[in-house]
Amino acid sequence: MTLESLDDIKARIEAFVPGASVTIIPNSSPANQPSLLLDNEHAAAVAKFLRDDPTLRLDYCSNVTGVDWLDRKVKKTIKVKKVIDGEEKEVDEMREELVPGYLEAVYHLFSIAHKHGPVVIRMRTANRAEGARLPSLTPIYRSAEFQEREIFDLYGVHFENHPDLRRILMWDEFVDHPMRKDYREPDDYEYEPTPHDDVLEKAKRHYTARPQLDGAENVTAQP
Amino acid sequence: MSEIDEDLRSELQRQGVWVTSMQDLYNWGRRNSIWPLQFGLACCAIEMIATAASRYDIARFGGEVFRPSPRQADLMIVAGTVTKKMAPQIVRLYNQMPDPKYVISMGACAISGGPFKQGYNVLKGIDRYIPVDVYIPGCPPRPEALLHAFMELQRKIDSQKLTGDTKAEHLDPSQPSEFPVPAFGEHDLEPAANPDMFHPPKIERQS
Repeated sequence: MTLESLDDIKARIEAFVPGASVTIIPNSSPANQPSLLLDNEHAAAVAKFLRDDPTLRLDYCSNVTGVDWLDRKVKKTIKVKKVIDGEEKEVDEMREELVPGYLEAVYHLFSIAHKHGPVVIRMRTANRAEGARLPSLTPIYRSAEFQEREIFDLYGVHFENHPDLRRILMWDEFVDHPMRKDYREPDDYEYEPTPHDDVLEKAKRHYTARPQLDGAENVTAQP
Repeated sequence: MSEIDEDLRSELQRQGVWVTSMQDLYNWGRRNSIWPLQFGLACCAIEMIATAASRYDIARFGGEVFRPSPRQADLMIVAGTVTKKMAPQIVRLYNQMPDPKYVISMGACAISGGPFKQGYNVLKGIDRYIPVDVYIPGCPPRPEALLHAFMELQRKIDSQKLTGDTKAEHLDPSQPSEFPVPAFGEHDLEPAANPDMFHPPKIERQS
């Protein structure tokens, strides 16, 4: 059975789940795999609909993953009316707009019964602050349990209604979230013969530059 | 204990008299019955299993008895990536092994963290917490490499003295046989390395 289009799914979700708002997130990469952004309040109800609807029957959640989006500036061109030389004109003006960062959970849903999929759904937290919340889909998809724990561990998203939200990879006493883009690991650099990229940056902090005599190395140990 | 003259010994053997020393006998027994602790951490463990199986057959060297209890093991083969979450348990297992005990650090990860060295949850080498006797490079090392390390360890055991100033460490009561177990800290293991035994490599150049 072929999968209906994302627009149809969106329309049916909004018809069947009262109050739900779904946004289609386009994907301009070669994968061309657009996804559905759910509102957090109705996400559980929407997921239940996707699982139980007889034509969709998306009964298998194959993968849950987290994404960290930092604050970013978006340049926008806006047409502004301005009075120039006593004459009102429409002028293009560049404006920078700050888009606040958020954390995202992405679920890939398939149907074993109908052999179709994937349908990709996303949820976004309000911000990147400690204690950012999302509703858990574990009550609907049991397979999401460990992967939501992993997102909690590595990104710090708190999943509400999760049956057992604990760290899964790092130890319980750990306080950071290592997959966040602003995570800084403990400074435990030690000598490496061929540092490069990020490691070279670390090396530069620990070793002072010396005049290049042989051209072989440009960092050296501090006395 | 005086060393036996090699010429005299071979002459006696020709006459059917086999002469040995207590030290040789003791080391001969120990080096041919090294029982490894049965545990693996990552893909290197698969190579370790292959080494134990019939094709490579570590039994030829007396090491086929993989013990599931540290109390019965002589050798710890650290086979694979040591995560920071696992490191305290490795040190604890090492502490539970009775002397004399030996450690083979198998593969790039156990030596230095390997390809995951810059990762957030990988220990940059098990020698930060426990003493290592033989390092085997490789990712993963082939079974032949593990056998080579095993033979190196046998050579080391063979050369250990029972008495005198250069006697084996496990016979010296002043040498530690247990090492502090690192604690889980808020950002890293505490301490990040045992300061008594681990010193990061230093480069010294002549100007």
